[in-house]
Amino acid sequence: MILGEWRAHPARVITAALAIAVGVALGFAVHLINGSALDAFGQAVRAVNGAADLQVRAATPAGMDEALYPEVALHPGVADASPVVQLKATAAGADLTLLGLDILRAGQVTPALVGQPMGGPGSAFDLGALFLSRAALDAVHQRVGATVAVTAAGRTFPLRIAGVLPGVEAGRRIGVIDIAAAQWRFGRIGRIDRIDLKLAEGADAAAVRRTLATALPPAATLADADSDAQQGAALSRAYRVNLDMLALVALLTGGFLVYSAQSLSVTRRLRSFALLRTLGLPRAGIVVQVAIEGLVVGLVGTALGLAIGYALASVALTRFGGDLGAGYFGGVAPALAFAPGAALLFAGLGLAAALAGSIIPARAAARAAPAVALRNAGDVVDPRTPVAWRVPLALVGAGVVAALLPAIGGLPLFGYAAMALVLAGGVAAMPWAARLLLAPFDAHATGRPAFDLAIRHLRGAPGQAAVALGGIVASTALMIAMAVMVTSFRGAVDDWLGDILSADLYLRVDGSTGGFDPAAQTRLSAVPGVARIAFTRQVPLTLDPGQPATILIARPIDATLPLIGPTSAVPAGTVPVWLSEPASRLMHKSRGDTLALPIGRNTRFAVAGIWRDYARQQGAIAIDTATYSRLTGDTPRDEGAVTLKPGADPARVRRALMTAAPPALSGQVEVASPATLRAFALTLFDRSFAITYVLEAVAVLVGLAGVATTVSAQTIARIREFGMLRHIGAGRRQIVTMLGAEGALLGGVGGVAGIALGLGLSQILIHVVNPQSFNWTMTTRVPVPLIAGVAASLIVAAAATAMLAGRRAVAVDAVRAVREDW
Amino acid sequence: MRRLWTLLALLLLAAAAPVADFPVVRPGVPLAFPADHGAHPAYRTEWWYATGWLRTADGRNLGFQVTFFRSRLPVDPRNPSAFNPSQIVFAHAGLSDPATGRLLHDQRSARAGFGLAQAATGDAAVAIRDWTFRRTSAGRFETRIPAKDFTLALSLTPTQPPFAQGEAGYSRKGPNPADASRYYSVPHLKVAGTVLRGGRTVRVTGEAWLDREWSSSYLDPRAAGWDWTGLNLDDGSALMAFRIRAKSGGTLWAGGSLRRPDGRIVRFAPGDVALTPLRRWRSPGTGAVYPVEQLLAVRLPEGIRRYRLTPLFDAQELDARSGGLPVYWEGAVRTQGGRGYLELTGYVAPLAI
Repeated sequence: MILGEWRAHPARVITAALAIAVGVALGFAVHLINGSALDAFGQAVRAVNGAADLQVRAATPAGMDEALYPEVALHPGVADASPVVQLKATAAGADLTLLGLDILRAGQVTPALVGQPMGGPGSAFDLGALFLSRAALDAVHQRVGATVAVTAAGRTFPLRIAGVLPGVEAGRRIGVIDIAAAQWRFGRIGRIDRIDLKLAEGADAAAVRRTLATALPPAATLADADSDAQQGAALSRAYRVNLDMLALVALLTGGFLVYSAQSLSVTRRLRSFALLRTLGLPRAGIVVQVAIEGLVVGLVGTALGLAIGYALASVALTRFGGDLGAGYFGGVAPALAFAPGAALLFAGLGLAAALAGSIIPARAAARAAPAVALRNAGDVVDPRTPVAWRVPLALVGAGVVAALLPAIGGLPLFGYAAMALVLAGGVAAMPWAARLLLAPFDAHATGRPAFDLAIRHLRGAPGQAAVALGGIVASTALMIAMAVMVTSFRGAVDDWLGDILSADLYLRVDGSTGGFDPAAQTRLSAVPGVARIAFTRQVPLTLDPGQPATILIARPIDATLPLIGPTSAVPAGTVPVWLSEPASRLMHKSRGDTLALPIGRNTRFAVAGIWRDYARQQGAIAIDTATYSRLTGDTPRDEGAVTLKPGADPARVRRALMTAAPPALSGQVEVASPATLRAFALTLFDRSFAITYVLEAVAVLVGLAGVATTVSAQTIARIREFGMLRHIGAGRRQIVTMLGAEGALLGGVGGVAGIALGLGLSQILIHVVNPQSFNWTMTTRVPVPLIAGVAASLIVAAAATAMLAGRRAVAVDAVRAVREDW
Repeated sequence: MRRLWTLLALLLLAAAAPVADFPVVRPGVPLAFPADHGAHPAYRTEWWYATGWLRTADGRNLGFQVTFFRSRLPVDPRNPSAFNPSQIVFAHAGLSDPATGRLLHDQRSARAGFGLAQAATGDAAVAIRDWTFRRTSAGRFETRIPAKDFTLALSLTPTQPPFAQGEAGYSRKGPNPADASRYYSVPHLKVAGTVLRGGRTVRVTGEAWLDREWSSSYLDPRAAGWDWTGLNLDDGSALMAFRIRAKSGGTLWAGGSLRRPDGRIVRFAPGDVALTPLRRWRSPGTGAVYPVEQLLAVRLPEGIRRYRLTPLFDAQELDARSGGLPVYWEGAVRTQGGRGYLELTGYVAPLAI
């Protein structure tokens, strides 16, 4: 019987299976990509850290006083300690992490970072010797024994490649030199960046952590593999959850599609089921049969979905990278790792969606009294009974309440719950909304039978209309919500870029070069045509080793800092700093609050203001440039905003700036116009939302496919009705027009309801999900043309599919059609 | 002359950097105490080498070795970094227990500095973290070695004055007079202290031998390794003998001396010392074959005297390759009328210097 049903309507089964496949594929792919990216990120961090038990790390790139090394080394519970100078370096055009190690200590604490001398004479203490990981060796295109110029901290020094680092994982670019050489050659005398620790056998790791943490100065933080993994996960978690949610939406839409296909199929088979019932099949038998149908559809869809998901993930990884273009895991090329747990999870979800989509209509059908069902195959809902409005209202109300609840563990779980509740409420309210929206058409006949019939049909068969509308509304609402959120976000970023890029030219030099020293700054400011240059420096601060570094920005505090609200006076004896919106939310600090930062000696800081920032999700802290220099003694700057004298030629000034840069930085200085930077930033933005657009488009396509199958199924189910209409004088044309009008109305009603619901959902995204995930706020911008386009294409798609299906239905001979029986 | 060469062979190889002015040891310079107990940082290598026999309260024998090496590297003196590895300190410790037939050993190494590792001048005071060897104001040597599998806490009290080796402390190591070291020993040290093993602390007493040597010269390139022994004889005399084996086989150089109970010293010329293997032991760990039982013959004015050296037990090989250092055999030995230590190096691979 199942096979017979499928043979008769293969397209419907295939569409339903495909819908499930798409949902499972997207969810699984997003999961795989993220898992692989996190793995790769974790490996990269582990490779550089050499698997130490515990690490003391400098909170800023300025490093820590090396006097901390003996203190930490002799701390109770510490068996051995390996001091490390860590530098970002380039060699033969390739970036690598350069570590300065004491081989005797590293041999005890981080043996994976100890070099193996190869060929020729070599000494562990040769201060000119460089050991490279395999990947670094390949990247510099050199062989062991060759000499390569290494640049770090603005200094270049030739080093002889003395051997390899066999303990470093494949793909990681790491170079190791002696710590004394690193300090001397690269200007780090007296400073170290981290101390790797080996704990004594049997030492209580937690106790050592605790006592060490209290003994450390603010310039140092404690970290281990766990906090590194946390940091990697924290970086992209909200983004990842957002993508997972989108995939679940696709899966949900797939479930809807199964539901509408099965509802129709069940409605059409009510009489056969009734017959079976009278022949003795118990009620549950019908549910089981339909459930098996759903299960088979679900299995096929799920299997297909897992395969597609895996393929999709591998393509996406090679084309976009592990963060799907969002820029979270710079420089890491992950390998795809299959995740059996996730595969099971998404297979389960796919099957659950298919089963739920089948069992719900089957139970309704099984409830019908066989005697009535045998006679009547029509709509089971009486149009005269008042529609339920309490349940949808309760759902929406619960959604609103959920939207007001705070985030859990940095994730807007209640926000997502609110979206699901409001969406469910909206779909459940469709019979009521459809009646409300169709009422104006119903009031007076148009005098054109085709349209009047169409309206009457929709009003008279609300059950069928609701099934068709549910799919349209759900997918439209989600799509509109996403579109409004992305438009608002992009608009906010665009405005913000306009605010912060108000200078005429921007000057930048790579941080690993050491930046522009005060002399270079003076020289650059004196270039003809330059009115002034506001120099800035960005320094990562590790405030919590489990969180990504907060960026400290030394800059002039002036009108180019896009403040939200006023600047307030800070308590006496504190240094004012301005927090970016994400920093303020992450640190739970607002105007007037005091805070501790790992710079300066016993300096206390207070929040003078909050500014808008969409560039640094991990948070940023602005401090006056002169104050920063005074506190840290760090006077070089990496970036400068150039204001030109009136009438100066930007191209000429640009060339002059390039030539005025210190010779040591030649070739490393970039000068860009604000327009270039703005375009670059927006390209980055679009790239990070590219995957969102793709998922959105898929959701809409699945929704439209749902509309098409629903409308065409309903049309075909009404062949007898058309036959009767033909008998009472309606032309084929009129019937097709009637169907077109029905389709258009359905699309229109669904579209209007979906857009309204979508606008509501977008407010949850903008005001709940976004601030809770990314810690920034924005104002709503409605993409009117896009919404109009969606509405129009819905109406056209629904009308066109209805007319196409209708053309086939009315092609059947009228007499046969009336006798048509299933 | 011994031990240190192997250790540093690996580390000193590529010293192509600026040539440092390593002083050469010369004859005719008298030893001066306590300054000569302390470090001589200008020289390339130096060691404080204590070996001895211990006796537990319940009458069982143990052998112990505590060694600190200091090494000067030819680094660029212009480098102001506090990590500049101009001085490196190494330490080895071993405990031989015939009851288990096993040698427990551990090692440490560090560049000097930051108060974590140093070899002080003026008097004996060397340390790597909590491993220490120093001389107290009372003239006693004290060492504390909390190693991986055992902890030694010993005081070594001199019962005799220092025993200058060679020509008043100038000890030749090869045919080239420049291959030499400043060398003195302190034999018949009275030992008291504790040994902690397997969670149990036992009191020990015993007798030890301290070797102090510093030099800038290398082993002759033709040398494969050496055999060395230092014996505390029951009559109060002390005997030291060594031979340097040639790669081609045979003996490249030999030497040693005997100090009689009355303090008179008999110095041995290369032809006066012969070491003849009596029994060999094959190490299951490294495959090296060591002549663990030897017959030592020395020419004294009264005639040739022979000592049969019998090991406390065979497996006293010290494999420090995990720490990037060489493999050697350093074992407690008995002889008729005395006890001491035997050292055998270069049996795994010739010491390529």
